[in-house]
Amino acid sequence: MPKLIITDRSGKKSEIEYDSNFTLMETLRDNGYDIEASCGGCCACATCHVYIDEKWTNKLKNMDDDEESMLDQAFDVKNNSRLSCQIELSEELDGLEIEIAPE
Amino acid sequence: MTEKTDVVIIGAGPVGLFAVFELGLLNIKCHLVDNLDKVGGQCAELYPEKPIYDIPSRPVVTGQELTDELIKQINPFKPKFHLNQQVEKIAKTEYGWIVETNIGTKVEAKCIVVAAGAGSFVPRKPPIENIESFENKSVFYAIRDKSIFKDKKLLIAGGGDSALDWTNELSKDSNVTLIHRRKEFRAAPDSVSKMQELETKGKIKFLKGQIKKISKIQDSRIMLEYENDEERSNIEVDYLLPFFGLKMELGPIAEWGLNLHENLIKVDTEKFETSTPSIFAIGDINWYPGKLKLILSGFHESALMAQEVFKYCFPDKKNIFRYTTSSKELQKKLGV
Repeated sequence: MPKLIITDRSGKKSEIEYDSNFTLMETLRDNGYDIEASCGGCCACATCHVYIDEKWTNKLKNMDDDEESMLDQAFDVKNNSRLSCQIELSEELDGLEIEIAPE
Repeated sequence: MTEKTDVVIIGAGPVGLFAVFELGLLNIKCHLVDNLDKVGGQCAELYPEKPIYDIPSRPVVTGQELTDELIKQINPFKPKFHLNQQVEKIAKTEYGWIVETNIGTKVEAKCIVVAAGAGSFVPRKPPIENIESFENKSVFYAIRDKSIFKDKKLLIAGGGDSALDWTNELSKDSNVTLIHRRKEFRAAPDSVSKMQELETKGKIKFLKGQIKKISKIQDSRIMLEYENDEERSNIEVDYLLPFFGLKMELGPIAEWGLNLHENLIKVDTEKFETSTPSIFAIGDINWYPGKLKLILSGFHESALMAQEVFKYCFPDKKNIFRYTTSSKELQKKLGV
Protein backbone atom coordinates (compact mmCIF):
# COMPACT_ATOMS: atom_id res chain seq x y z
CA MET A 1 0.00 0.00 0.00
CA PRO A 2 1.16 3.58 -0.65
CA LYS A 3 2.48 5.54 2.29
CA LEU A 4 2.32 9.03 3.78
CA ILE A 5 4.96 10.58 6.00
CA ILE A 6 3.35 12.57 8.77
CA THR A 7 4.93 14.98 11.24
CA ASP A 8 2.63 15.53 14.20
CA ARG A 9 2.41 18.64 16.43
CA SER A 10 5.12 17.36 18.75
CA GLY A 11 7.48 17.05 15.77
CA LYS A 12 7.36 13.25 15.70
CA LYS A 13 7.62 11.76 12.20
CA SER A 14 5.85 8.54 11.26
CA GLU A 15 4.76 6.59 8.21
CA ILE A 16 1.19 5.48 7.60
CA GLU A 17 -0.35 3.48 4.81
CA TYR A 18 -3.31 4.93 2.95
CA ASP A 19 -6.20 3.98 0.75
CA SER A 20 -6.61 6.27 -2.28
CA ASN A 21 -10.39 6.36 -1.87
CA PHE A 22 -10.11 8.70 1.10
CA THR A 23 -9.06 12.29 1.67
CA LEU A 24 -5.95 13.20 3.59
CA MET A 25 -8.09 14.49 6.51
CA GLU A 26 -10.06 11.23 6.73
CA THR A 27 -6.83 9.25 6.68
CA LEU A 28 -5.22 11.36 9.41
CA ARG A 29 -8.33 11.18 11.61
CA ASP A 30 -8.64 7.45 11.10
CA ASN A 31 -5.05 6.96 12.15
CA GLY A 32 -5.69 8.75 15.42
CA TYR A 33 -3.98 12.06 14.63
CA ASP A 34 -5.31 15.01 16.58
CA ILE A 35 -7.12 16.79 13.80
CA GLU A 36 -10.41 18.44 14.70
CA ALA A 37 -12.08 18.70 11.27
CA SER A 38 -15.17 20.06 12.98
CA CYS A 39 -17.23 20.51 9.80
CA GLY A 40 -16.65 16.89 8.85
CA GLY A 41 -14.75 17.64 5.65
CA CYS A 42 -16.95 19.98 3.63
CA CYS A 43 -14.48 22.86 3.59
CA ALA A 44 -16.54 24.91 6.03
CA CYS A 45 -14.07 25.35 8.88
CA ALA A 46 -10.30 25.52 9.00
CA THR A 47 -9.56 22.90 11.61
CA CYS A 48 -7.75 20.35 9.42
CA HIS A 49 -4.90 22.66 8.44
CA VAL A 50 -1.64 21.01 7.33
CA TYR A 51 1.63 22.04 5.68
CA ILE A 52 2.67 20.17 2.55
CA ASP A 53 6.35 19.42 2.06
CA GLU A 54 7.68 21.81 -0.62
CA LYS A 55 8.71 18.88 -2.84
CA TRP A 56 5.06 17.93 -3.15
CA THR A 57 3.18 21.22 -3.42
CA ASN A 58 3.25 21.17 -7.23
CA LYS A 59 2.03 17.59 -7.44
CA LEU A 60 -1.27 18.38 -5.72
CA LYS A 61 -4.33 19.72 -7.46
CA ASN A 62 -4.44 23.49 -7.04
CA MET A 63 -6.53 24.85 -4.26
CA ASP A 64 -9.88 26.33 -5.22
CA ASP A 65 -11.28 29.66 -4.00
CA ASP A 66 -13.34 27.99 -1.30
CA GLU A 67 -10.32 26.41 0.31
CA GLU A 68 -8.21 29.57 -0.02
CA SER A 69 -11.02 31.55 1.65
CA MET A 70 -11.41 29.09 4.50
CA LEU A 71 -7.68 29.34 5.18
CA ASP A 72 -8.39 32.95 6.21
CA GLN A 73 -9.78 31.48 9.44
CA ALA A 74 -6.63 29.47 10.14
CA PHE A 75 -3.53 30.77 11.88
CA ASP A 76 0.16 30.44 11.02
CA VAL A 77 -0.80 30.15 7.37
CA LYS A 78 2.20 29.60 5.09
CA ASN A 79 2.66 29.29 1.34
CA ASN A 80 2.44 25.51 1.67
CA SER A 81 -0.72 25.53 3.83
CA ARG A 82 -3.65 23.36 2.77
CA LEU A 83 -6.86 22.04 4.29
CA SER A 84 -6.39 18.29 4.43
CA CYS A 85 -10.10 17.57 3.76
CA GLN A 86 -9.64 19.01 0.27
CA ILE A 87 -6.75 16.73 -0.64
CA GLU A 88 -7.92 13.60 -2.38
CA LEU A 89 -5.31 10.88 -2.08
CA SER A 90 -4.16 8.96 -5.14
CA GLU A 91 -1.48 6.38 -5.95
CA GLU A 92 0.68 9.18 -7.35
CA LEU A 93 0.99 10.72 -3.91
CA ASP A 94 2.89 7.71 -2.51
CA GLY A 95 5.53 9.15 -0.18
CA LEU A 96 3.75 12.51 0.39
CA GLU A 97 5.19 14.34 3.38
CA ILE A 98 2.99 16.61 5.47
CA GLU A 99 3.06 18.32 8.81
CA ILE A 100 0.02 18.97 10.99
CA ALA A 101 -0.28 22.74 11.63
CA PRO A 102 -0.54 24.10 15.18
CA GLU A 103 -4.02 24.29 16.70
CA MET B 1 -38.11 36.61 36.29
CA THR B 2 -38.05 32.85 35.91
CA GLU B 3 -40.05 31.29 33.10
CA LYS B 4 -41.47 27.80 33.42
CA THR B 5 -41.78 25.07 30.82
CA ASP B 6 -41.51 21.29 30.50
CA VAL B 7 -38.15 20.92 28.78
CA VAL B 8 -35.18 23.16 28.09
CA ILE B 9 -33.29 22.05 24.99
CA ILE B 10 -29.71 23.29 24.87
CA GLY B 11 -28.79 23.79 21.23
CA ALA B 12 -31.10 24.75 18.35
CA GLY B 13 -29.41 22.72 15.63
CA PRO B 14 -31.33 20.17 13.50
CA VAL B 15 -31.53 17.61 16.30
CA GLY B 16 -32.62 20.13 18.96
CA LEU B 17 -35.29 21.38 16.56
CA PHE B 18 -36.61 17.92 15.76
CA ALA B 19 -36.73 17.12 19.49
CA VAL B 20 -39.38 19.86 19.76
CA PHE B 21 -41.48 17.86 17.30
CA GLU B 22 -41.16 14.51 19.07
CA LEU B 23 -41.78 16.10 22.49
CA GLY B 24 -44.61 18.20 21.10
CA LEU B 25 -46.50 15.12 19.88
CA LEU B 26 -46.50 14.01 23.53
CA ASN B 27 -47.82 17.42 24.70
CA ILE B 28 -44.45 18.43 26.12
CA LYS B 29 -43.58 22.13 25.78
CA CYS B 30 -40.04 23.31 25.04
CA HIS B 31 -37.73 26.27 25.29
CA LEU B 32 -34.48 26.24 23.31
CA VAL B 33 -31.26 28.09 24.10
CA ASP B 34 -28.50 28.68 21.55
CA ASN B 35 -25.33 30.72 21.60
CA LEU B 36 -25.73 31.69 17.94
CA ASP B 37 -27.99 34.54 16.85
CA LYS B 38 -29.96 32.15 14.62
CA VAL B 39 -31.34 28.63 14.72
CA GLY B 40 -29.92 25.71 12.73
CA GLY B 41 -26.59 25.16 14.50
CA GLN B 42 -23.75 24.00 12.27
CA CYS B 43 -26.15 23.57 9.33
CA ALA B 44 -26.93 27.29 9.39
CA GLU B 45 -23.61 28.65 10.60
CA LEU B 46 -20.97 26.49 8.95
CA TYR B 47 -22.56 25.18 5.79
CA PRO B 48 -25.91 26.83 4.95
CA GLU B 49 -25.23 26.52 1.20
CA LYS B 50 -23.66 23.06 1.21
CA PRO B 51 -25.72 20.10 0.09
CA ILE B 52 -26.44 17.20 2.47
CA TYR B 53 -27.20 13.86 0.78
CA ASP B 54 -28.04 11.49 3.64
CA ILE B 55 -31.34 12.77 5.02
CA PRO B 56 -33.95 10.07 4.36
CA SER B 57 -36.29 11.02 1.51
CA ARG B 58 -34.26 14.12 0.66
CA PRO B 59 -31.81 13.14 -2.11
CA VAL B 60 -30.27 16.57 -1.65
CA VAL B 61 -30.97 19.39 0.79
CA THR B 62 -28.80 22.32 1.90
CA GLY B 63 -28.07 23.08 5.55
CA GLN B 64 -30.30 26.16 5.41
CA GLU B 65 -33.17 24.37 3.65
CA LEU B 66 -33.09 21.59 6.24
CA THR B 67 -33.21 24.20 9.01
CA ASP B 68 -36.08 26.11 7.39
CA GLU B 69 -38.13 22.96 6.89
CA LEU B 70 -37.55 21.80 10.46
CA ILE B 71 -38.73 25.18 11.75
CA LYS B 72 -41.85 24.82 9.61
CA GLN B 73 -42.39 21.30 10.95
CA ILE B 74 -42.15 22.29 14.64
CA ASN B 75 -44.04 25.56 14.30
CA PRO B 76 -47.36 24.05 15.54
CA PHE B 77 -45.72 23.42 18.90
CA LYS B 78 -44.72 27.08 19.41
CA PRO B 79 -41.31 26.56 20.99
CA LYS B 80 -39.69 29.56 22.64
CA PHE B 81 -36.15 30.46 21.53
CA HIS B 82 -33.51 32.16 23.66
CA LEU B 83 -30.81 33.01 21.13
CA ASN B 84 -27.44 34.73 21.49
CA GLN B 85 -26.89 33.23 24.90
CA GLN B 86 -25.19 30.28 26.46
CA VAL B 87 -26.46 28.15 29.33
CA GLU B 88 -23.98 28.72 32.09
CA LYS B 89 -25.47 27.13 35.19
CA ILE B 90 -28.00 24.48 35.99
CA ALA B 91 -29.35 23.71 39.46
CA LYS B 92 -31.75 21.13 40.85
CA THR B 93 -35.09 22.43 42.13
CA GLU B 94 -38.19 20.78 43.50
CA TYR B 95 -39.88 21.16 40.10
CA GLY B 96 -36.91 19.82 38.12
CA TRP B 97 -34.09 22.08 37.02
CA ILE B 98 -33.41 25.75 36.76
CA VAL B 99 -31.30 26.74 33.80
CA GLU B 100 -29.51 30.09 33.74
CA THR B 101 -27.80 31.73 30.77
CA ASN B 102 -24.84 34.10 30.65
CA ILE B 103 -27.19 37.05 30.13
CA GLY B 104 -29.42 36.13 33.05
CA THR B 105 -32.34 34.34 31.35
CA LYS B 106 -33.77 31.80 33.80
CA VAL B 107 -36.02 28.93 32.80
CA GLU B 108 -37.33 26.22 35.07
CA ALA B 109 -38.11 22.83 33.50
CA LYS B 110 -38.77 19.21 34.38
CA CYS B 111 -36.00 17.93 32.15
CA ILE B 112 -32.96 19.21 30.28
CA VAL B 113 -32.11 17.92 26.81
CA VAL B 114 -28.56 18.65 25.71
CA ALA B 115 -28.47 18.81 21.89
CA ALA B 116 -25.34 20.92 21.70
CA GLY B 117 -23.62 19.27 18.73
CA ALA B 118 -19.89 19.90 18.92
CA GLY B 119 -20.50 22.52 21.59
CA SER B 120 -21.07 26.26 21.54
CA PHE B 121 -19.77 28.47 18.81
CA VAL B 122 -17.23 30.85 20.29
CA PRO B 123 -14.81 33.26 18.60
CA ARG B 124 -11.66 31.66 17.24
CA LYS B 125 -8.75 33.24 19.06
CA PRO B 126 -5.39 33.77 17.38
CA PRO B 127 -2.68 31.66 19.05
CA ILE B 128 -0.60 34.63 20.16
CA GLU B 129 1.34 34.19 23.37
CA ASN B 130 -0.22 36.04 26.33
CA ILE B 131 -3.20 37.33 24.35
CA GLU B 132 -5.53 36.22 27.18
CA SER B 133 -4.12 38.86 29.51
CA PHE B 134 -5.20 41.58 27.05
CA GLU B 135 -8.71 40.21 26.40
CA ASN B 136 -11.60 42.55 27.22
CA LYS B 137 -9.10 45.34 27.90
CA SER B 138 -7.22 45.91 24.65
CA VAL B 139 -8.40 42.88 22.67
CA PHE B 140 -12.06 42.26 21.77
CA TYR B 141 -13.46 39.36 19.73
CA ALA B 142 -16.94 40.85 19.58
CA ILE B 143 -18.16 44.40 19.83
CA ARG B 144 -20.87 45.30 22.29
CA ASP B 145 -20.25 49.02 22.78
CA LYS B 146 -18.56 50.70 19.85
CA SER B 147 -18.38 54.08 21.62
CA ILE B 148 -15.22 53.01 23.48
CA PHE B 149 -13.35 53.02 20.15
CA LYS B 150 -14.14 56.65 19.31
CA ASP B 151 -11.01 58.61 18.30
CA LYS B 152 -8.81 55.58 19.09
CA LYS B 153 -6.35 53.70 16.95
CA LEU B 154 -7.57 50.22 16.06
CA LEU B 155 -6.10 47.19 14.36
CA ILE B 156 -8.76 44.90 12.88
CA ALA B 157 -7.56 41.43 11.86
CA GLY B 158 -9.29 39.05 9.46
CA GLY B 159 -10.71 38.89 5.95
CA GLY B 160 -14.34 37.90 6.36
CA ASP B 161 -17.60 39.80 6.74
CA SER B 162 -17.10 40.76 10.39
CA ALA B 163 -13.62 42.17 9.79
CA LEU B 164 -14.73 44.14 6.74
CA ASP B 165 -18.04 45.38 8.15
CA TRP B 166 -16.37 46.64 11.33
CA THR B 167 -13.53 48.21 9.36
CA ASN B 168 -16.04 50.16 7.31
CA GLU B 169 -18.24 51.07 10.28
CA LEU B 170 -15.54 52.01 12.78
CA SER B 171 -13.56 54.03 10.23
CA LYS B 172 -16.17 56.78 10.68
CA ASP B 173 -14.94 57.68 14.17
CA SER B 174 -11.66 55.83 14.64
CA ASN B 175 -8.25 55.45 13.05
CA VAL B 176 -8.53 51.95 11.56
CA THR B 177 -5.88 49.65 10.13
CA LEU B 178 -6.99 46.33 8.66
CA ILE B 179 -4.57 43.41 8.64
CA HIS B 180 -5.16 40.27 6.58
CA ARG B 181 -2.87 37.56 5.27
CA ARG B 182 -3.63 38.28 1.61
CA LYS B 183 -5.18 40.98 -0.59
CA GLU B 184 -8.29 38.96 -1.37
CA PHE B 185 -11.26 38.86 1.01
CA ARG B 186 -14.04 36.34 1.41
CA ALA B 187 -16.51 39.01 2.55
CA ALA B 188 -19.53 40.32 0.63
CA PRO B 189 -18.33 42.11 -2.54
CA ASP B 190 -20.08 45.34 -1.47
CA SER B 191 -18.16 45.52 1.80
CA VAL B 192 -14.90 44.74 0.02
CA SER B 193 -15.34 47.54 -2.51
CA LYS B 194 -16.35 49.97 0.24
CA MET B 195 -13.21 49.08 2.21
CA GLN B 196 -11.03 49.50 -0.89
CA GLU B 197 -12.59 52.88 -1.55
CA LEU B 198 -11.84 53.95 2.03
CA GLU B 199 -8.26 52.80 1.59
CA THR B 200 -7.86 54.75 -1.66
CA LYS B 201 -9.19 57.86 0.08
CA GLY B 202 -6.72 57.33 2.92
CA LYS B 203 -9.50 56.82 5.49
CA ILE B 204 -8.15 53.42 6.51
CA LYS B 205 -4.85 51.60 6.13
CA PHE B 206 -4.36 48.04 4.93
CA LEU B 207 -1.50 45.77 5.98
CA LYS B 208 -0.76 42.37 4.52
CA GLY B 209 0.39 39.92 7.15
CA GLN B 210 -0.32 37.79 10.19
CA ILE B 211 0.05 38.92 13.80
CA LYS B 212 2.74 37.08 15.73
CA LYS B 213 3.23 38.93 19.02
CA ILE B 214 1.44 41.24 21.38
CA SER B 215 3.05 43.35 24.08
CA LYS B 216 2.08 46.15 26.40
CA ILE B 217 3.53 49.60 26.09
CA GLN B 218 2.79 52.63 28.21
CA ASP B 219 -0.77 53.55 29.27
CA SER B 220 -3.25 51.23 27.62
CA ARG B 221 -1.43 51.05 24.29
CA ILE B 222 -0.32 47.75 22.79
CA MET B 223 2.36 46.84 20.27
CA LEU B 224 1.68 44.15 17.69
CA GLU B 225 4.36 42.42 15.70
CA TYR B 226 3.27 41.05 12.33
CA GLU B 227 4.95 39.36 9.44
CA ASN B 228 4.42 38.74 5.75
CA ASP B 229 6.59 37.31 2.99
CA GLU B 230 8.71 40.45 2.81
CA GLU B 231 9.09 41.75 6.33
CA ARG B 232 8.50 41.58 10.05
CA SER B 233 7.24 44.85 11.48
CA ASN B 234 5.37 46.48 14.37
CA ILE B 235 2.28 48.57 14.80
CA GLU B 236 1.21 50.42 17.91
CA VAL B 237 -2.54 50.73 18.63
CA ASP B 238 -5.10 51.16 21.40
CA TYR B 239 -7.18 48.13 20.50
CA LEU B 240 -6.88 44.88 18.56
CA LEU B 241 -10.10 43.41 17.14
CA PRO B 242 -9.49 39.89 15.74
CA PHE B 243 -12.28 38.39 13.58
CA PHE B 244 -11.36 34.85 12.57
CA GLY B 245 -14.76 33.23 12.58
CA LEU B 246 -16.12 30.82 15.14
CA LYS B 247 -15.09 27.48 16.55
CA MET B 248 -16.89 25.03 18.75
CA GLU B 249 -16.15 24.06 22.31
CA LEU B 250 -18.00 22.12 25.00
CA GLY B 251 -18.01 25.09 27.40
CA PRO B 252 -19.89 25.06 30.73
CA ILE B 253 -21.52 21.66 30.02
CA ALA B 254 -18.23 20.06 31.09
CA GLU B 255 -18.78 21.39 34.63
CA TRP B 256 -22.19 19.83 35.27
CA GLY B 257 -20.95 16.52 36.62
CA LEU B 258 -22.24 14.41 33.71
CA ASN B 259 -20.21 11.31 32.88
CA LEU B 260 -18.18 12.05 29.79
CA HIS B 261 -16.38 10.01 27.16
CA GLU B 262 -13.67 12.12 25.47
CA ASN B 263 -15.65 15.35 25.75
CA LEU B 264 -18.92 13.68 24.73
CA ILE B 265 -21.80 12.92 27.09
CA LYS B 266 -22.37 9.25 27.84
CA VAL B 267 -25.96 8.06 27.42
CA ASP B 268 -27.81 4.77 27.34
CA THR B 269 -29.35 3.72 24.03
CA GLU B 270 -32.84 3.10 25.35
CA LYS B 271 -33.65 6.52 26.80
CA PHE B 272 -30.65 8.66 25.83
CA GLU B 273 -30.47 9.78 29.44
CA THR B 274 -27.15 10.91 30.93
CA SER B 275 -25.62 9.78 34.22
CA THR B 276 -27.83 12.42 35.88
CA PRO B 277 -31.53 11.45 35.85
CA SER B 278 -33.79 13.84 33.89
CA ILE B 279 -30.87 15.23 31.88
CA PHE B 280 -30.75 13.80 28.36
CA ALA B 281 -28.25 14.15 25.54
CA ILE B 282 -29.00 13.67 21.83
CA GLY B 283 -27.18 14.25 18.55
CA ASP B 284 -23.46 14.77 18.02
CA ILE B 285 -22.83 15.67 21.68
CA ASN B 286 -23.63 12.18 23.02
CA TRP B 287 -21.68 8.96 22.99
CA TYR B 288 -22.64 5.30 23.22
CA PRO B 289 -21.02 2.20 21.72
CA GLY B 290 -21.52 2.33 17.95
CA LYS B 291 -22.42 6.03 17.90
CA LEU B 292 -22.39 7.64 14.45
CA LYS B 293 -22.44 11.42 14.20
CA LEU B 294 -25.25 11.65 11.68
CA ILE B 295 -28.25 13.98 11.71
CA LEU B 296 -30.51 10.99 11.16
CA SER B 297 -29.15 9.27 14.28
CA GLY B 298 -30.01 12.41 16.24
CA PHE B 299 -33.59 12.28 14.91
CA HIS B 300 -33.97 8.69 16.12
CA GLU B 301 -32.48 9.59 19.49
CA SER B 302 -35.02 12.45 19.82
CA ALA B 303 -37.96 10.08 19.43
CA LEU B 304 -36.72 7.65 22.07
CA MET B 305 -35.69 10.40 24.46
CA ALA B 306 -39.20 11.89 24.26
CA GLN B 307 -40.78 8.64 25.51
CA GLU B 308 -38.77 8.85 28.71
CA VAL B 309 -39.20 12.60 29.19
CA PHE B 310 -42.97 11.98 29.07
CA LYS B 311 -42.67 9.96 32.30
CA TYR B 312 -41.01 12.87 34.09
CA CYS B 313 -43.56 15.38 32.80
CA PHE B 314 -46.69 13.28 33.31
CA PRO B 315 -45.87 10.65 35.94
CA ASP B 316 -49.53 9.67 36.36
CA LYS B 317 -50.38 9.39 32.66
CA LYS B 318 -50.00 6.47 30.34
CA ASN B 319 -48.23 7.16 27.07
CA ILE B 320 -50.04 5.38 24.26
CA PHE B 321 -48.02 5.08 21.08
CA ARG B 322 -49.75 6.57 18.05
CA TYR B 323 -48.94 7.42 14.44
CA THR B 324 -49.34 10.84 12.87
CA THR B 325 -50.86 9.11 9.81
CA SER B 326 -53.84 7.80 11.77
CA SER B 327 -54.26 9.69 15.03
CA LYS B 328 -56.86 12.47 14.80
CA GLU B 329 -55.52 13.99 18.00
CA LEU B 330 -51.93 14.19 16.73
CA GLN B 331 -53.18 15.67 13.47
CA LYS B 332 -55.11 18.29 15.42
CA LYS B 333 -51.91 19.26 17.26
CA LEU B 334 -50.12 19.56 13.94
CA GLY B 335 -52.98 21.70 12.57
CA VAL B 336 -53.50 19.44 9.55
